[in-house]
Amino acid sequence: MLTKRIIPCLDMTEGKVVKGIQFESFHDVGDPVILAKKYDEEGADELVFLDITATVENRNILLDVVEKTAEEVTIPFSVGGGIRTVEDMKLILRSGADKVSVNTGAFKNPELISVCANAFGNQCVVLSLDAKCVGEDWNVFINGGRTDTGKTALEWAKEAVNLGAGEILLTSIDMDGTKRGFNVELTKLISQGVSVPVIASGGAGKLEDFKKIFREGLADAALAASLFHFGELTMKEVKEYLKKENIPIRDIC
Amino acid sequence: MITIIDYDLGNIGSIVNAFKKLGLITVVSKDSKTIVNSTAIILPGVGAAGEGMKNLNELGLINVIKDQITKGKPFLGICLGMQLLFEKSEEGRVECLGILKGKVIKFKKEKKIPQIGWNGIKLQNPKMKRSKEKEELLNQIEEDSYFYFVNSYYCEPEDKSIIAGNTIYGEEFASIILKNNIVATQFHPEKSGEVGYKLLKNIFRYFNDLQSLELYIC
Repeated sequence: MLTKRIIPCLDMTEGKVVKGIQFESFHDVGDPVILAKKYDEEGADELVFLDITATVENRNILLDVVEKTAEEVTIPFSVGGGIRTVEDMKLILRSGADKVSVNTGAFKNPELISVCANAFGNQCVVLSLDAKCVGEDWNVFINGGRTDTGKTALEWAKEAVNLGAGEILLTSIDMDGTKRGFNVELTKLISQGVSVPVIASGGAGKLEDFKKIFREGLADAALAASLFHFGELTMKEVKEYLKKENIPIRDIC
Repeated sequence: MITIIDYDLGNIGSIVNAFKKLGLITVVSKDSKTIVNSTAIILPGVGAAGEGMKNLNELGLINVIKDQITKGKPFLGICLGMQLLFEKSEEGRVECLGILKGKVIKFKKEKKIPQIGWNGIKLQNPKMKRSKEKEELLNQIEEDSYFYFVNSYYCEPEDKSIIAGNTIYGEEFASIILKNNIVATQFHPEKSGEVGYKLLKNIFRYFNDLQSLELYIC
């Protein structure tokens, strides 16, 4: 049976892992390669790297981190942040990443998704979608959560999947960093609305949140950052708990 | 020397890294002479079957690969590299290499496609014929070990006796096959943590015994 994935997220800037609360106030938490290796050994199912500043100068630092990570880890990982062209994507994949996530660049130029999917396969293209509650619905926000696009999350998710996105990394801006739990309603809406796997992100705070996002939110994978970085919960605790709750999970010996 | 065939598709970097960790030297090449001169070949690949066959054709590698496999050269196909071994794929309705009889079809029962993530392999199915070779290949790989999959299509071999492991995603499908000098996996052993490395070691030990490749596997 296909298992639910638990994915630590490494938000990076200038080659260091940082973690913000509601997309602001970053704290330095460490060396990405060391952290990545540690999570791999602890039984993480996958890793996500996000270059949150993604400037041109940072690009080479990022590629260097990707290359070193690829040499160390034995599980798949995706890299995102500032991807604008098929060439950006190629460089990251060539450095050893397995997938690339696109966000603002794809929203502004949706063709980026189809071009990348045709070049590297759908499974390589992850749509990173940041959603925030606006009135009765969730809108897509771009530019690191600063700009409301006016488009609903469901509409953009469907469009991106039609263009060739193989997976959706769905972040709830409202819940991000709050530790009040994942956004179950939003995740359920998107997961039921598209035919590709959905990774729920933003808000993980306790063990029950993981059960809830899989059972009620119908997520295929759950992502957390500070929870793991600061050792509030370990991969082992999360996996043992989920196993006990009869959620299919990959055994770690 | 082990050659990883570069046909402009897929995660070649992670395969090179995996072999480096195992202490095996690989070269990445699209040159037919290099392929002919190598002791074993790996056909990796993620992406679409049509694109894969088109690239192999443009690089003039189709006959070389067929010829080398037929002559008994150890061959490992991973993911799309497994699918291309068969006669045809539903994906873009393309003719594949046709080295093994059978076809490649799309998952029908599960709603989420592609299958992405860790799934178990079934080795003890009574329908699956055991053999000395399969035992060697799966030495110390436990029933229901988890491997990393990314696929929308799967192989349906005509000759079921070549199946060494099955996996269920809506429907049951062949996730490892073994036929003489051919080993292929639908999952990515190079991305499957410790158990994936264990399997890669087994595969190359098996190739070693088959051909006296004199590989030193640490």
